[in-house]
Amino acid sequence: MTTLAPPSRFLPVLATVGLFVLAFGIGSARYDGFASGQVVANLFIDNAFLIVLAAGMTFVILSGGIDLSVGSVVALSTMVTASGLRAGWPVPLVVLAVLLIGATLGLLMGLVIHKFDVQPFIVTLAGMFLARGLCFLISVESVSIKDRTFRDVATAAIELPGGVTITYNVVIALLVVAAAMYVLHRTRFGRTVYAVGGNESSALLMGLPAARVKVGVYVISGLCSSLAGLLFSLYMLSGYGLHAVGMELDAIAAVVIGGTLLAGGVGYVLGGLAGVLVLGTIQTLISFQGTLSSWWTKIVIGVLLLVFIAVQRTMVRR
Amino acid sequence: MKNRLLWPLIALGALLVLNLVFTPSFFTLRMQDGHLYGGLVDVLKNGAPTLLIALGMTLVIATRGIDLSVGAVAAIAGAVTCVHIGGSGSAGTAFAGMALALVLCAVLGLWNGFLVAGLGIQPIIATLVLMTAGRGIAMLVTEGQIVTVNNSAYRQVGAGFVVLPTAILISLLVLGLVALATRKTALGMLIEAVGVNPQASRLAGVRTRTIIWTVYVFAAVCAGIAGLMISSNVSAADANNAGLWIEMDAILAVVIGGTSLAGGRYSLTGTLLGALIIQTLTTTVYTIGVAPEVTLVFKAVVVIAVCLVQAPKARAAFSFRKVAVS
Repeated sequence: MTTLAPPSRFLPVLATVGLFVLAFGIGSARYDGFASGQVVANLFIDNAFLIVLAAGMTFVILSGGIDLSVGSVVALSTMVTASGLRAGWPVPLVVLAVLLIGATLGLLMGLVIHKFDVQPFIVTLAGMFLARGLCFLISVESVSIKDRTFRDVATAAIELPGGVTITYNVVIALLVVAAAMYVLHRTRFGRTVYAVGGNESSALLMGLPAARVKVGVYVISGLCSSLAGLLFSLYMLSGYGLHAVGMELDAIAAVVIGGTLLAGGVGYVLGGLAGVLVLGTIQTLISFQGTLSSWWTKIVIGVLLLVFIAVQRTMVRR
Repeated sequence: MKNRLLWPLIALGALLVLNLVFTPSFFTLRMQDGHLYGGLVDVLKNGAPTLLIALGMTLVIATRGIDLSVGAVAAIAGAVTCVHIGGSGSAGTAFAGMALALVLCAVLGLWNGFLVAGLGIQPIIATLVLMTAGRGIAMLVTEGQIVTVNNSAYRQVGAGFVVLPTAILISLLVLGLVALATRKTALGMLIEAVGVNPQASRLAGVRTRTIIWTVYVFAAVCAGIAGLMISSNVSAADANNAGLWIEMDAILAVVIGGTSLAGGRYSLTGTLLGALIIQTLTTTVYTIGVAPEVTLVFKAVVVIAVCLVQAPKARAAFSFRKVAVS
């Protein structure tokens, strides 16, 4: 029998997209100027780094792990970018250095997790402390970015039809999402990530390269974090050790709200994107509302997390 | 057991020796107005909130759980008490406020326990909900302001002295009570049984859910007391920064102390050592004159070192190498 209903495995992602549409609909109905293309574009502009983080985090969570270091790696990346540019390094060299640092940190954490069987939680917690400590080792103060090329890229606007403008950040973030989708859903590596997250022993017995995947996801996450750090430096135009405090929680929340199971094995990159958009819409709603204070954002995110986890729980039981 | 505590002991000893080298006055204790002062007392006093939270965390981790919400709960406790006290200076208001805060913390613990034991949600995620929402709640209570109070009875909790600082006495008292309650009765064994295999212990007649519920409530109440200490020490409630990252320090203390995150066994002495190591490390960095923010790097190194030393796989690798050399 053929039905028009989508396969049930897409339901969590669709629920999140539905929530986004609903939240946006409420905003459009209540506030003038909410339902404009630019508000949607701003969602992407203000959360480009989070989109990239969520894409990387999806890999780790799908494999059954967790990466608490991403926020600190973002901070470290902004610091390296800012101080590198201040020292007069050319932009390509800075970008390369930042990406290398992120990937190396990820590789180290992945190796410790895999080779020594230490819980990902503890290892990435150590990574989180290390990266933030390294920021302060470079400089305790905030370092502003004055490099001409960098500022030009940061402030450049891309005109879209309808008078909507976006930044290069958005383009990069969407490219990362596309690449992540390709790797996860279309390559052998991606299939193995799902297999390892579903059941590591089975994956091993099937002869899949579980070791490579378990280390690889942390390299990907580290790479995404450092890229997100570059986007964040473009967004903030400064490097500071206290940037992106608690961003790892936002990334994890976005991925969970996007329907990815924390136990591993189930979820999509697009879910993370939808999750970020939901979080962004809530923030926009609260800022449009005006009288509600910003701490309501935290409470609403907590409640959303709860609802999605409870729903996931009942679905898994079934 | 002794073997497991050996490495944390060595680490603590090394840190203390390092302090002795850099600041010879570190170990001197002096009495002044009937109060004991000195480097070691400072370490104990500043480490008291972490130790308290780590005690609660130890039991939670022993059941194969984890509680990320303790920092937020600590912030809520401070916020509720300070808002309740307001401008009042009477001891009665202070005690009523603290009692109110601790009851509220117990309720938050019940909530965590409900999510973990009742709904069967992974502990990391279940407590992540309160970790995210909790600071929002604390800010709701304080309306986003830093609430300052001027109440001498409240100050006693975090900044008072009974020969030793009250904070030390409170945390040691809790440590003693927990040790008695879990090691002199079967409770400790039951907690470990739940950590080893919840299903099997339930089938063997252990009230798994009640135990899980109990440890989360205990962890939240410990966090509440720690929150009172932190806020009382500065006579203010800062919803944003009180107890920030203290959950991470507490988890580190527990892990350094040799309690496995996989659950099933725990060591309260280890947790005490772990909390002391973390606090001594922080103090050492201060006294040596490195920027305090860089403490994080040292913490990371200590965590990784201790974890690797304790990891069975790493041990196997080391002993293999020894055999190969000889």
